[in-house]
Amino acid sequence: MKRRNSLWLTAVVWAVYLFLHLPILVLVAFSFNQSKYSVTWTGFTLDWYRQLAERTDILRGLRASLIVGGASTVIAAVFGTMLALALARRRFPGRRALDGLLYLPIMTPEIIAGISLLSLFVTLKIPLGLTTIAIAHVAFNIGFVAIVVRARLEGMDRSLEEASLMLGADELTTFRRVTVPQLWPGILAGALLAFTMSFDDYVITSLVSGTGSSTLPVVVYSMVRRNVEPTVNAISTLILVATSLLIWAADRLSRERPPAGERSGDRRLSHPAPMARVK
Amino acid sequence: MSLVRRRFLRWLGRRPALASATLVAPGTLWLAFFFVVPMSIMLGMSLMPRGVYGGVEPGFTLEHYRRFFEPLYLQVLLRTAFWAALATALCLLLGYPVAWAMAQSRRRGLLLFLVVLPFWTSFLVRTFAMIFLLRDTGLINGALLGLGIVDRPIALLYTPFAVLLGLVYGFLPFMILPIYASLEKLDPSLLEAAEMLGARPRDRFFQVILPLSMPGVVAGSLLVFIPALGSFVTSDLLGGAKQAMIGNLVQNQFTIARNWPFGSAASFILMFLVLVVVLVARRRGEESWR
Repeated sequence: MKRRNSLWLTAVVWAVYLFLHLPILVLVAFSFNQSKYSVTWTGFTLDWYRQLAERTDILRGLRASLIVGGASTVIAAVFGTMLALALARRRFPGRRALDGLLYLPIMTPEIIAGISLLSLFVTLKIPLGLTTIAIAHVAFNIGFVAIVVRARLEGMDRSLEEASLMLGADELTTFRRVTVPQLWPGILAGALLAFTMSFDDYVITSLVSGTGSSTLPVVVYSMVRRNVEPTVNAISTLILVATSLLIWAADRLSRERPPAGERSGDRRLSHPAPMARVK
Repeated sequence: MSLVRRRFLRWLGRRPALASATLVAPGTLWLAFFFVVPMSIMLGMSLMPRGVYGGVEPGFTLEHYRRFFEPLYLQVLLRTAFWAALATALCLLLGYPVAWAMAQSRRRGLLLFLVVLPFWTSFLVRTFAMIFLLRDTGLINGALLGLGIVDRPIALLYTPFAVLLGLVYGFLPFMILPIYASLEKLDPSLLEAAEMLGARPRDRFFQVILPLSMPGVVAGSLLVFIPALGSFVTSDLLGGAKQAMIGNLVQNQFTIARNWPFGSAASFILMFLVLVVVLVARRRGEESWR
């Protein structure tokens, strides 16, 4: 087919890409600006980054985020993978209902999910803190992991597993030696995405975090609301770099071919998990 | 792997029903206890009279649902729905050409990555970037003042415009990606056939390309409209108190007004809206597949 992208199409595309990326680039650039108040460029500095290191609230927030992110990711990855295995490979009563249950938390507006969890914790008189945050993050990440891993399972070539079984390996050995290695990139990608979402979540976290257990986004949010200082640009830049690296890694992993077999369909992040719900 | 564990797993392997249950149970129980139960508590609260200190008292009432339809709150609902719809329409208008260009391009890997990146980067940081541009001492006003176009900063932040801009900026990738996914699958020979049979570019678009990419359009619109309906951060940071959406109303009822039953009722009205939209879109989506 002839490529005849007209001028206006090119213009729209450029405009959209600028719109998507320019605000972020500006933000990053001004984290290196000397002036505290003005938006004119007064010179390069790393002062704002140095100030970050002295702010205990930010450091504590970072620590909380890493703990919550790590714990919730591991739990969500394990339980989510188990659900994916059951849904993709087994028949059992209530399978369709479970399928729906996985999508429901993803569809639910965050503010509602957060507030309903807060109601639960208050009703049961569970003290709010890092544990309640982690519980909440697992609840909204299980579905994500399950969907990502399940997509990989369904795109996987089963002939390797069949070969293994025919060559005399039992089911368990086949699972450990054949299924899991093929599935591994999918699990890791799901886990990385779960960690990213946990690391980035503000709405649910702010509702179920008690005083003194704020994660990094909660700290940054209150900084943004109070007033906007260049340190916010600096911490935003660091968050941006961190999440970009995680996403890049997840993208690489989910693009990776399974050890053998024909790749069916495009499993890249261009079809991220939430989209599966409308297909 | 220890012998005991191996034996146990073998034993499990001979009992498929039990093995399925073992795989399903932890995740399902977690979701049941930390999603279904909380939602049920909230549903219960929305039907009970309000207690003195923000809690509830035993009893049954539909008062909170009725109250939501008073003009004050109804206005918030309508504003939310209107903005979400407008943001979806704008995303579609901006996103479709980009998805098309991506599907045609030879460097689609790079173009795709440049859309995926903002899709996953911190929503909070992106919203903050908008503040940095829009506030009175922000970059846009700085530029306008510096160029002498205005002599006082114009109000950009805390306006409906800012919320709409934030929604489009935040959710545009959600629109582009599914449309791209369906355009990528489009068979070029169909377009050649249409061209050879004398279809003008316009007809090719409206009669071949658009109908075939309908699943992507429906999916993308859903992925923008639903989070936009439930958005909280965007309207909170960019809109301020006057531009409250339902999400802000709910949060306010739970944290400041301390009227939990009413907040719960508002949540369920929002939830109901989301479910209706999903079901309708699913049905339409299925139709367009045929």
